[in-house]
Amino acid sequence: MQNKKSENLKEQVLRMSGVNPSKCMRCGKCSGTCPSYDEMEYHPHQFVYMVENGDIETLMKSDSVYKCLSCFACVDRCPRGVEPAKLVEALRLCVIRQKGKNHMTADDIPAVLDDEMPQQALVSAMRKYSK
Amino acid sequence: MKFSYYPGCTLRTKAKELDRWARSSALALGAELCEVEDWQCCGGVYVSARDEIATKLSSVRALMSARDKGQPLVTVCSACHNVIKQTNHAMQTDKEFADKVNLYMSQDKEKREPYHGETQVYHYLELLRDVIGFDKVREAVKNPLTGKKVAAYYGCLLLRPGSVMGFDDVENPRIMEDFIRALGAEPVIYPMRNECCGGYMATEDPALAAKKSGAVSESAAGHGADVIVTACPLCKYNLVKNQSPVPVVYFTELLAEALGVKEDTHAE
Amino acid sequence: MQRIGVFVCHCGTNIAGTVDVKAVAEALKNEPGVVFSTDYQYMCSQSGQNMIKEAVAEHRLTGIVVCSCSPRMHEATFRKTAQAAGLNPYMVEIANIREQCSWVHKDMPIGTEKAVILAKAAVAKVNLNAPLTPGESPVTKRALVIGGGIAGIQTALDIADAGFPVDIVETKPTIGGKMAQLDKTFPTLDCAACILTPKMVDVAQNEKIRIFSYSEVTDVKGFVGNFDVTIKRKARYVKEDVCTGCGLCTEKCPQKNVPNEFNLGMDNRRAIYIPFAQAVPKVATIDPNYCTMLKTGKCGVCSKVCTAGAIDYSAKDEYIEERYGAIVAATGFNPISMEKFDEFAYSQSKDVITSLELERLMNAAGPTGGTLLRPSDGEHPHTIVFVQCVGSRCAACEQKGKEYCSKICCMYTAKHAMLIRDKYPDTDVYVFYIDVRTPGKNFDEFYRRAVEEYGVHYIKGMVGKVSPEGGKLKVQASDLIYGKQLHIDADLVVLAAAIEPDKSARGLATMLTASMDTNDFFTEAHPKLRPVESPTAGVFLSGTCQGPKDIPETVAQAGAAASKVIGLLAKDKLLGNPCVAHSDEMMCNGCSTCEKVCPYGAITYQDKEFRMPDRTTKVRRIAVVNEAVCQGCGACTVACMSGAMDLRGFSSKQIMAEVDAICK
Repeated sequence: MQNKKSENLKEQVLRMSGVNPSKCMRCGKCSGTCPSYDEMEYHPHQFVYMVENGDIETLMKSDSVYKCLSCFACVDRCPRGVEPAKLVEALRLCVIRQKGKNHMTADDIPAVLDDEMPQQALVSAMRKYSK
Repeated sequence: MKFSYYPGCTLRTKAKELDRWARSSALALGAELCEVEDWQCCGGVYVSARDEIATKLSSVRALMSARDKGQPLVTVCSACHNVIKQTNHAMQTDKEFADKVNLYMSQDKEKREPYHGETQVYHYLELLRDVIGFDKVREAVKNPLTGKKVAAYYGCLLLRPGSVMGFDDVENPRIMEDFIRALGAEPVIYPMRNECCGGYMATEDPALAAKKSGAVSESAAGHGADVIVTACPLCKYNLVKNQSPVPVVYFTELLAEALGVKEDTHAE
Repeated sequence: MQRIGVFVCHCGTNIAGTVDVKAVAEALKNEPGVVFSTDYQYMCSQSGQNMIKEAVAEHRLTGIVVCSCSPRMHEATFRKTAQAAGLNPYMVEIANIREQCSWVHKDMPIGTEKAVILAKAAVAKVNLNAPLTPGESPVTKRALVIGGGIAGIQTALDIADAGFPVDIVETKPTIGGKMAQLDKTFPTLDCAACILTPKMVDVAQNEKIRIFSYSEVTDVKGFVGNFDVTIKRKARYVKEDVCTGCGLCTEKCPQKNVPNEFNLGMDNRRAIYIPFAQAVPKVATIDPNYCTMLKTGKCGVCSKVCTAGAIDYSAKDEYIEERYGAIVAATGFNPISMEKFDEFAYSQSKDVITSLELERLMNAAGPTGGTLLRPSDGEHPHTIVFVQCVGSRCAACEQKGKEYCSKICCMYTAKHAMLIRDKYPDTDVYVFYIDVRTPGKNFDEFYRRAVEEYGVHYIKGMVGKVSPEGGKLKVQASDLIYGKQLHIDADLVVLAAAIEPDKSARGLATMLTASMDTNDFFTEAHPKLRPVESPTAGVFLSGTCQGPKDIPETVAQAGAAASKVIGLLAKDKLLGNPCVAHSDEMMCNGCSTCEKVCPYGAITYQDKEFRMPDRTTKVRRIAVVNEAVCQGCGACTVACMSGAMDLRGFSSKQIMAEVDAICK
């Protein structure tokens, strides 16, 4: 059974994402299409399944939330309209919105920068990885 | 015809060519791009969470500005386009979100009517297809790119999510191929054209970005492309950075070249 | 004044659980016209019905109100009871105190109160009921079957076997349908042609059956027992009764590059063609879109080589009209377009094919002579990937796929995989599935044989992307049980495309006023109890036009539809529904509004002479209802502005009396 905290977290994730994980029919097309699959500890279909089961904290502890490219291939290819990428996004926000939990800060930038890197990469990364 | 134009931050810095050739080509085709005053960075990515408000305000300001001028809003950069179009869609369809945004906006110094997604948003390619027409582009071509095999690289931002972007068929798009044909070149269709280049993972996990962009450029080259065209500075960066076997250029560069306005703009 | 008996049913605890049935019976005793009121455990049982009959005799009842379940369930039962007791069956009214009361309420006092109100309304109506007698109409003893696939063939054969004449209308030049394109059939693996073509010959030789091939139904008028149907016989430019089917013209025709639809465009045919060797009727057809003679007036080769003199370039479409007692829809299915699923690269590579295309590639009469070769380069494929549920169970967007399960794909894919492994043991075969659904006699055993005996790799997961690269098809997929993303270099990818009703079904449904569901499958009169009848009387359903089904099920349903048709045609006369509209000619002003809203074409107008008060006569236009055609829907009664139209058994007065009783 889920405890109160995980129930709250689940509700928050569902509300933020607008996703209804119970629409999932467990076909795994999201994970079949995901370009980051091999980098992830938990894969798109597991995000859907684990959110449905209220296991939010396990996902929040995993680096997998940072590996999604937001390419939305899983969203457009899902036969049931589940939109797994929106769940990953909501989970990542659940993590980085906590105090001191930014995954990337301005101090990290110089190390990744090169002369050609477009501004777009930096603003995107900052938006994805910090509040 | 006049259009509001949103260049975006990268087009002012690392992707000046994308911007410059877009403007000069538009002029040659009879469309005037009027830059939105005091535009702010779109943030590069659309955060899909429905309770994320502040990060979308800069897009709403640009959309409002175009609405107040009675002009459609044109973007060139794939990322700006994605963020602004998705924001516009949310303003049209998510009432709770729109109400919150309008509440924020009412605090701006400049008082404006609440916004509900009235502005028509065009990507530059959509402008060519839907407003100017590829036939007109074909007629305006002075230096047809005959014999050039061009691979269109859509990436993800132009197409997805398909239900919101409404840009083209997400799995079998043809707008860039039709564009390439209009310039007299030959489009190369390859399966990776709508797969991700690795995007912002260039910062977090460059190895992953290298793997993804490598697969794209090799697929294009494997299908016989002489050159890859893109609308996205980050796609271009990832492909070039990770040793694309064929050159990668912005689609506006090919356009300017075909229209014969490329040299003029270099001299600016 | 009526003498009404009220009978309140307990329906076990279904009603009595939430309705105080004794209180209802008691409350009704004082209603105007009620002379007897009682309750009983099961009113529909033998003893319940006897109770009604005895009460009719004892209390000289003239009307009956049964407070029970929905009239859909037992109205007919109680009407029969009344008739047996000597009453007119239309003197019975049902107060639905189960579906509309006990089942939707939890609270006994509320349920009881509502039951009393519903019963009072029924009593108020019976007070105004009048005996009704249904009219009669003759039955034309001939059936029409629309569609000449295995469903239509079986239905036609069964009807003809009972001695009734049948016409089959088939839009293609030959009957046979999809089954004629199949190679082998599950679960016994007998060849489709071997079991289908003898049936096609039976059809051709049966003197009770006429085949209108290359024809379409263009208009349907009339009603059960008497449908007037117009059939368009498309010009085939070959005289059907003269052509011997020798096929010489199809060899000599110089126009060689016509995509062959029978092989799904994977090879070419001539402009004059016979779809396949066992075609019925075995006559040639000229394709006017490709024939040089018809397009430019220059050629005439087929006419020159035809020794029978069957070619007729001046042929025109012909229309014939025929009357039928019953119509069977057997319009079949098609695989959906793969256009919206290009993540599987169907448009990008010839080696990505649908399962139906694979049937042709494995068929001895197919484009490769039955040897499985890649369409792109004619090489043997060594790694084959099957993708299940392409467009089936797809609820993401309407334009893309279908929300339903197509039902046949799991089995035919098991068949394909098994046949390939049997014939080409050096081939690796992968099947990506979401669920393997194999209910059916010997079906699961069949699928397990593919896995256990033939070594087919079944992988729980879905393919995300197919990329044609360097002569291979790179398949990226998930293996959910292993927990891995797989990358397979395949030579051939086979998509199990969802099936959808043939596009002609929608137009046909409109002509037949037969209803369809949101997927354009024909709706049955009752999903469980009347599965082969359409809600429109005299229209029956056979095969996949009603829903996805395999060959054994199709044949079973085709036979069932035939038996229903035979049951209808065996009657000499049909009793109509007496609850039909009628117009008060004194009030009708001939405005035509009712005619426009009538979905059955039951209303016509006539000019009638009326005697005026001053002894002159005046001709007025008035509406006349054809009671045999009217279905009693009541649309005209609400549309009529002068209040002339009324519905027997549901008159405005009766309805208002019910409303008054409820509001009292």
